[in-house]
Parts: sequence; C-alpha cells; structure tokens
Amino acid sequence: MAIIRSHIMVCTGTGCSASHSPKLIDLFNKELAAAGMDQEVKVVRTGCFGLCAMGPIVLIYPEGALYTNVKEDDVKEIVSEHIVKGRIVERLLHKESDEKGVTTSLTDTEFYKHQKRIALRNCGIINPENIDEYIGVGGYEALGKVLTEMKPQEVIDLIKASGLRGRGGAGFSTGQKWQYTHDAVSPDGQKFACCNADEGDPGAFMDRSVLEGDPHSVIEAMAIAGYAIGASQGYIYVRAEYPIAVKRLEIAIQQAKEYGLLGENIFGSGFSFDVGLRLGAGAFVCGEETALMHSIEGCRGEPKIRPPYPAVKGLFDRPTVLNNVETYANVAWIINNGPEAFRAMGTEKSPGTKVFALGGKITNTGLVEIPMGTPLRTIIENIGGGVPNGKKFKAAQTGGPSGGCIPANLIDIPMDFDSLGAIGSMMGSGGLIVMDEDTCMVDIAKFFLEFIIDESCGKCTACRIGTKRLHEMLDKITKGQGTLEDLDRIEELCQYIKANALCGLGQTAPNPVLSTLTHFRDEYVAHVVDKRCPAGVCKELLTYTIDPDKCKGCTLCARNCPAGAITGKVKEAHVIDPDKCIKCGVCMSNCKFDAISKK
Amino acid sequence: MPNTKTAVPFQGTKEQEEQLRRIIAEYKDTPGATMPILQAAQSIYGYLPEEVQIIIAEELDVPLSEIYGVASFYAQFTLNPKGKYRISVCLGTACYVKGAANILQAIKDKLGIEAGGITPDGLFSLDACRCVGACGLAPVMMINDEVYGRLTPKEVGPILDKYKE
Repeated sequence: MAIIRSHIMVCTGTGCSASHSPKLIDLFNKELAAAGMDQEVKVVRTGCFGLCAMGPIVLIYPEGALYTNVKEDDVKEIVSEHIVKGRIVERLLHKESDEKGVTTSLTDTEFYKHQKRIALRNCGIINPENIDEYIGVGGYEALGKVLTEMKPQEVIDLIKASGLRGRGGAGFSTGQKWQYTHDAVSPDGQKFACCNADEGDPGAFMDRSVLEGDPHSVIEAMAIAGYAIGASQGYIYVRAEYPIAVKRLEIAIQQAKEYGLLGENIFGSGFSFDVGLRLGAGAFVCGEETALMHSIEGCRGEPKIRPPYPAVKGLFDRPTVLNNVETYANVAWIINNGPEAFRAMGTEKSPGTKVFALGGKITNTGLVEIPMGTPLRTIIENIGGGVPNGKKFKAAQTGGPSGGCIPANLIDIPMDFDSLGAIGSMMGSGGLIVMDEDTCMVDIAKFFLEFIIDESCGKCTACRIGTKRLHEMLDKITKGQGTLEDLDRIEELCQYIKANALCGLGQTAPNPVLSTLTHFRDEYVAHVVDKRCPAGVCKELLTYTIDPDKCKGCTLCARNCPAGAITGKVKEAHVIDPDKCIKCGVCMSNCKFDAISKK
Repeated sequence: MPNTKTAVPFQGTKEQEEQLRRIIAEYKDTPGATMPILQAAQSIYGYLPEEVQIIIAEELDVPLSEIYGVASFYAQFTLNPKGKYRISVCLGTACYVKGAANILQAIKDKLGIEAGGITPDGLFSLDACRCVGACGLAPVMMINDEVYGRLTPKEVGPILDKYKE
C-alpha cells in the first residue's frame, strides 16, 4: 500500500458542488499526476465543512491549511507551491472577517472554535462514498456492540438515559419513542424503523449535509433502532431535490450490504435488517410523520388523526419508529461514548448538540453544530461573524414555517427546546435565518403563509381556508389597507387554527404571524396607522425621493425610468412625480451619487 | 392551478411505452409502488400526461382517479410538459431575505411568462421552488442541473441569453 504523505480534502456538498468543486478534484488529480505525486498525495471527496459561504473549500493535511473560494485557476498554484515546495499559498487561506491575520488551521477559526461536532463528526473528514473510511473512524462498532453484547431493552434504556430528543422539531424523547414501538404488538410481527429525511423547511440543510457527508452513520443507527424495537425493515424517505444525498445513500446501502452490515444475520447475531430508499416528490407536509408514511405507501401525503400513533399503527399499519436524520446521527456516538458523555454537553433538559443551518443576512452562512443552550449571540456574532455591510441585527427566525422569530433584545437566549418554546418560537429542525434592519417582519410573516398555503394538503378546513384568510389580511396590511381591528382578527384566527388544525404543520402554521405580532407589533402598527413600511420593503407603502443636494443632474434616472416619472434639466436636481412612480427601484439602483432614497 | 390537463398533444413513442411497462412490472409487487413508478414515468416522458396515467392505472389495477390524485398532489410531478431549459428560482427563506423575489420578477419580465408557465417556443419554463439547499449561495436559481448563485437581477438577462444561442 502506498504511503500517503498529504491529503487534499475537497468539499463536495451541495453548496460547494454548485460552485464546481468536483471540477477541482479532476484538476488536482491531473496536476498531481503531472508532478508525479499522485502516489503520495491523495485527493479526498468529502462532505460539508459547514463554511458554505466561502466555498469551494479545500483543506490540506497534515498542515491543516484551509483554503477558501478556490477557483479552478488556483489548483495549479496550490499543487506547485504547497504540495511540491511545501509553501502555503497565503493569499487563498481563509481569513477571519474580524481579524487582520490569517488562520491556517480549521479549529483555530472563530467559526469552528465554539462548535462541538457530534452529528457532523465525520463530515469533511471522511469520503462518504467509501465505507472503509467510515469503519476507519469507528463506524459500525456501535452496531457490533449492540448486536453482540446488549439486549434490545438495554439499548432503549441507554438511549433514554442519554436524554436524546428528536432533532426534527418537536423534541420528543427518542428512547421513549423506541420504547412505545418496542412494546407495541404487530399482528404479523413486522415492525419498521424509518428515517425522516424529507427536510422541507426552506433554508435548512442540516440533514442534507449529514446524508451527503456521513450516510453510514444514519444507516448504522437505523439498524440499531431496528434491533431495539424488533424491526427487520427500514425505509429512508428522502427529498428528491437532494440528488447528491440520494446518490450517496444508494452507494452506502449497497456497500453496507456487501460488507454484511445490512441484510441477513448481521455479525452472526441472528438479527436481520434491510434498508430501502423512498424518494419524496416535493410536498412539505410529508415531513409530518403520518403523511410521510402515507407517501411511502404510495398515496397522497395527507396526515391522519393521532392517536393511534405510528408507534402502535404506523407504516402499512404496523408499529413504526420514525426518527429524523440528525437524531440518528447521534445514536452511534452515544453508544460508543456512553450516555454520560452525551449528557455532559448541552443543558439538563436538552442534552447534546444541535446543528443549525445559518443563513440570510450573516457573514458566515453555513452549517454549525453547537452544544444546546449556547446563547444566540455566540452563534450570530462569533461563529456567524455578524451581520454584513454594517447593518443592524434585527431578528433571527428559527423553525421555518412552524417557528417564530427571536428579536434583537432576546439575543442572549440559550438555544434549547424549552427556552425557544417559551418565547413562542421553536427549535424546529434547525433552520436559523438572520434578518437585518432591511427585512420587513410583516412581509416575512406573509412569506411564510404563502409557503403554507402552497403546501397545505387541504385535508382540514382550519389549515386550508384559515391560512388563506390570514394571508389576505396580511396582504391588506402590506398594501396599506389594513386596520387595527384586522390585527385583533388576525390574532383570533391564529388561535383558532392552532386549536383546530389536524396535524402539526397546520397547528404551527400561525406561529410566524403570532411571533412577529408579539415582538414587532410596532411594525404592524406602522403599516396600518402610518401607512409606512419601516424596513422599506412593502412596495405600495414606499415613496422614492431625490435628495436635491446630492443630485448632480446627470439625467441617468430620468432616462431609465420606465414610467417617465422623473423630470429635471441637465446639471439640475431632478424630481420624482409620486403619482406616476411605479416604485420599481430602477432609478435608485442606477444612481451613481446615492441621491435617491426610499421611505 | 397550472397543473391541469395539457393542451400539448401527446407524442409518446412505442419504446417509451415499453420502457414504462417494464418498470411497472418490476415494481408491481412492492408495497407502495405508485410513487417510484410515477417518478420513473416522469423521467421517461418528462411529464405525466393522461395517456401515461391510464397505462399506470391499468397495469396496477387501480382507479385512474387514484393515480391522478397522487400525481397532482406532489409538486415534483407535472401534468404539463416542461421547457428545454427548466428554470427554478429558489424562494426558500434564506434566498427570500436576500432578494429572490426580485430575481423571479426579472426573469418574468425578461421571458414574459409567469411562474408555472412555458415560453411559446418551448425553450424555457419557469418555476418557483422551495430551497435547493444551496443557502450559502443565496439567492439561487437553477437552469436544468446548473446552479447559479449570488445572483443580482441585472445578471439574469445575460445568463438567459446564453441559453438562447
């Protein structure tokens, strides 16, 4: 076997792939071959590093040099300088936005320093398409231990002792869920252990990164769950919009079967387990457990009333455990390291870590994993590098269309299930969208409702019609036609939907509205009473004006105005006629003197 | 709702039908076969016209209404043919707060079609989608499998022009 002296890790997650990182791998291999070094230096295709904003990412060991924004043209230089001559290419090194110096090592960066990677432990470290690399970092050890040394009830007790709570949003105790399914009686003995990888929350990509970067950790945990509850078959329900994740899961399942880690009589223990892959077809509601199971059965993805819970009567009417990807990604670690080690992280009621997909108005968009209870401030200011362009942090939105916003005055809130629930938001699956002063909270609430209206399955009236009526009232407000009575009516309807919708998605659909109404009532009132959008987003409420002191009379705006609303002589200040103005913003984006403003 | 019966005449070939019947035979006895079969059918034909749904319903021996119910429920299935270049503008939250609505508007203005529509020459179809997962590159659009990130409305025109050639 050739001795490898250096590894070039290239991220091939969705973000970096979209910036053509697979092309970099080909180029690296080509350049290494040309330099005669392809036997001593290995190029590794890895999962997500988390620093998606800086992609494509290349990390070179043993130095641990982190190169960001690597272009195809840079490959030659990296090989000839770094690999051949041992000189690190300074200009490509990742720079911390708030420091002058350069950091060479991944763990030294503000971005990684505050993180604790459990679910993402192997992402960016191993090649997800090679089962040997997973086994090389201790993969499938937990399954071996469980099958040869533990009874199913002992496995359940261990997971219960760890305090692991479902990472899909609701935060139900995983051990308890396994217990119920274990105790349920199936008419023909068949039970199922399934994985919910239908990550539909827009702006969230935690599960996708786990599947792309470490698919075996999920498969191993499903087999462990199968053993604990007495299931011999599992299904992974994954979004078809994640082609890379689907491909890596297919490879991983195939490899696990070849190695005898899935299939008949695993580790000679007599336990058999198989995993099938089912592709979603673009329905947000299929993230709801009963809807997901209907979809696997080949029906419309409509939820049904619980009880009976899936633990008793789930997929094909058999007792079924359904856990989220990130939940499964924790399981093998807990078995290998013990429940105490897991409890040592996070808070008492929310042990362990949580992965967040950090997006929106933040410098370091990407994936972060932090101990539960870490203050939001640490995530935004330290890990995230703050809000860019000198803007002010206004709110963070968690839990997607089911969650709510955390306003700036609550920035020190600990991020765990119970603290977030207490302020009317929720942990959700981990989408964390940062908003600055240019984001209108009424518009955001309307945005989430549009999403819910599109995605409502239509089965129950509260969700199908209620959200539509809510949207109409919000639409009125953003157009300056709302009244103060509308605000009360909105609140009343929100409570009605919460109380009467059939499934979790409908019940939580009013959350974005209620939470913005609670924390940003002033902004709603400004729209209603002053007919003004403080963030400058709602088109109908804006007026564009030209500052006569700044305007040089270059005539550019007047020539570009599609409505002919701008008049003025050359070298004299121009004026916008508000009656003709269609508020398209063309003048403002073209003005070279920053003379046009909207209010 | 744009997802209704299409006016475009069905032009399926014998080979496509054989391929479809083969796939149905393969999945027929697996529980929950409808979804994988519809997904395969859509990748064969590019969409799911009534003619194709009838074949599936007959082969699986279920009412056509059931197949139609599933095909019309999921956003990924389309009963209308798509353009040669399928544009999807991401309207996920991360893209939305970074101005994805302006990107969508710029494309609508440029092509003169609404989301869900197709240009008369069949070259472009336009859809709004929810999150392609490339939130680090927001705002994002996809044209077929190519991802365009960190877009500004001004860049849209030149990108689309590239495809017209």
